[in-house]
Amino acid sequence: MELALSPEDAAFRDEVRAFIAENYPKEMRVPNPETDLTKEQSLLWHRILYKKGWIAPLWPREYGGPGWSITRRFIFEQETSRAGTLPPLAFSVTMVGPVIYTFGNDAQKQKFLPRILSGEDWWCQGYSEPGSGSDLATVRTKAVRDGDHYIVNGHKTWTTLAQHADWIFCLVRTDASAKPQASISFLLIDMKSPGVTVRPIITIDGSHEVNDVFLEDVRVPVENLIGEENKGWTYAKFLLGNERTSMAGIGRSTRYLDRLKKIVNAEITADDPAHLEFRKEIGRIELDVLALEATELRVVAQMARGIDPGPAASLFKIRGTEIFQGITELTHRAIGNYGLALREQPLSANQFMPGPDYGHTATEKYLNARKLSIYGGSNEIQRNIIAKAVLGL
Amino acid sequence: MDIQFTEEQELLRSSVQRMLRDQYSFEARRKIVTGEEGWSRKQWNGFAELGLLAAPFSEESGGLGGGPLSTMIVAQEFGRHLVVEPYVETVVLAGGLIEHAGTDEQKQALISDIIAGQKIWALAWTEKGARFDLANVATAARRDGKDYILSGEKTAVIAAPWADYLIVSARTAGKRDDRAGVSLFVVDARAANLDLRSFKTIDGRRAAEIAFRDVRGELLGSEGEGVALLEACRDRAIGALCAEAVGAMAELNSATLEYSKTRKQFGVTIGSFQVLQHRMVDMFIAHQEALSLMQHLSLSLGAGESGVSRLASGVKSKIGYAGRFIADQAVQLHGGMGMTDELNVGHYFKRISSINIQFGDPAHHLLRYVQLDAAA
Repeated sequence: MELALSPEDAAFRDEVRAFIAENYPKEMRVPNPETDLTKEQSLLWHRILYKKGWIAPLWPREYGGPGWSITRRFIFEQETSRAGTLPPLAFSVTMVGPVIYTFGNDAQKQKFLPRILSGEDWWCQGYSEPGSGSDLATVRTKAVRDGDHYIVNGHKTWTTLAQHADWIFCLVRTDASAKPQASISFLLIDMKSPGVTVRPIITIDGSHEVNDVFLEDVRVPVENLIGEENKGWTYAKFLLGNERTSMAGIGRSTRYLDRLKKIVNAEITADDPAHLEFRKEIGRIELDVLALEATELRVVAQMARGIDPGPAASLFKIRGTEIFQGITELTHRAIGNYGLALREQPLSANQFMPGPDYGHTATEKYLNARKLSIYGGSNEIQRNIIAKAVLGL
Repeated sequence: MDIQFTEEQELLRSSVQRMLRDQYSFEARRKIVTGEEGWSRKQWNGFAELGLLAAPFSEESGGLGGGPLSTMIVAQEFGRHLVVEPYVETVVLAGGLIEHAGTDEQKQALISDIIAGQKIWALAWTEKGARFDLANVATAARRDGKDYILSGEKTAVIAAPWADYLIVSARTAGKRDDRAGVSLFVVDARAANLDLRSFKTIDGRRAAEIAFRDVRGELLGSEGEGVALLEACRDRAIGALCAEAVGAMAELNSATLEYSKTRKQFGVTIGSFQVLQHRMVDMFIAHQEALSLMQHLSLSLGAGESGVSRLASGVKSKIGYAGRFIADQAVQLHGGMGMTDELNVGHYFKRISSINIQFGDPAHHLLRYVQLDAAA
């Protein structure tokens, strides 16, 4: 299914396609790019896009964005995801970047934005805490003013790739007396500051993606406060809106479905009744993808005409994650007994894995994908948002 | 896939909406359905005057050239109002077959009568034991001069009791199940030796079991190509039926939401319960996705894309499951009221159930979608 494109947009799509084919680093084509790449390897594509001027499709031209229309941004997203490229780090480019150019001051823009674009700074997100998951307004990390510094104490958790990060953007409490939402500030903290400790959390797939981040008497210059003190909740909500925009994940789901079909054909003979059962389950998911894709195109077409899509992002997040979880579950089932094996982390070249290559990451993907319906505002929270904003409940 | 409707299409939609709002209330519909005939010629004439019966036909055939998108627009609104008149049967099924397969003579004679609202048609393709298989035809036709003589039985032919003419599939060669050897015939519904036993359908329509004992029929299309013609006809019918289902789903969702905001239990409106809120969000999402697929299918039908038949099956399946989910939940959330004949909710439920049977249920079409996958 394709957008009806103008000749110019069609030429742009071809240009993007050709650029990916010629420039995407072979080094990054590993079994599981999300876990198998070093920090340096995962930045290779980022730097290529930066040189091309395509690293930040969302950003206005004055801050280093390419100045694309909504249609072109969508084409770029579609082409890069269909080609299976590793997206640039979202925490830097789609999350904190837009917060800085929207709510930050000139000094902050000049200091941080170029380093985000170039990949020099790696950002992580300091939102969740042990006591604050979906109910983010209850964060307890405290920032107390001391001259031209804040003294920060607290415990952030589920911090993705904090082990690589140079900076963390944090929600901190700056006024204990006010209402929860009215006393939160948005603070940028240098990960090299004394008092910052990162502790790995190993998840059920064996990977090290998330971390605890402990902040003990960390001194943060007041100039690292974004916008106004106690207005951080507004900025945080703005950012969460960005986080959910490309959650439909059509390109990725389509690639994984194609792969799943090949695995089913290889693992189960056509005369086995299980073969047809699998194909019917795959067929249903394929139709789910088609329906979501058609919905995404409908929304993009509306946005291109200036119509506010409302909380469409919540719909995409819910369905996109449910679909991908379904695909990883079916893939894990398709490899049968080999689904008992799980690659050991850290990876080593001489580790033995049973069964064909295509099954080696199926188990870890299945396990890892459980996170999708939890993070970025759990799917239950997304349903609350739609219930309130669309249904008026 | 930009769904920006043209001014003409918007005009069509708003005029159908206005007419149905003024003349096809749920009470008005109830009178029609419980009347002797079970349909309204007055309404039908209104459809003709408004140009709805001409909308999808090409301009050469005397139509307005609106194609599958105009069918979609009309059917969606008909679905919202549970219109019982045989629009799909007359315009989409018979009209479409005549337009695609008829001789110039047939087109001129038959389509103008449809557009003018003069004649009602029904398509008799289903047989006992054939379920949803278009090729499973035992009814036989033998040549007699320039006509054919038909013998056999058709089952559950929707709108047949109202029809002036039938299009009947019958075997001119081969054995039951052969794809080749099925042909289509135009038959006068009041012909001698045509025995028609009428019954009421769950969605307030009339259908019939029909026995043909040496009934004269006129060939429509080439001999032996009936199955291919019926397949394309089914794809177009799926486009229209899915649009009706989507219209019905929209009404069920808004009725359920409205009810949840007024109905109180335990001292609060039931819409304040999170479990029901999330259910209604899932109903909302199911409708949004169905709407997107409905548009996608209609655009593909209009563009005559290859592979549209597989797409039609996929969409029929997905919208069928979505419709069943929404209908189930709408009745459930209305509680006992949802079970009553008095409230419209149960009637939407029954319309969606009927659509889910016509031309194949969601499971049948899922299987067809999967089996037509060239990549698998």
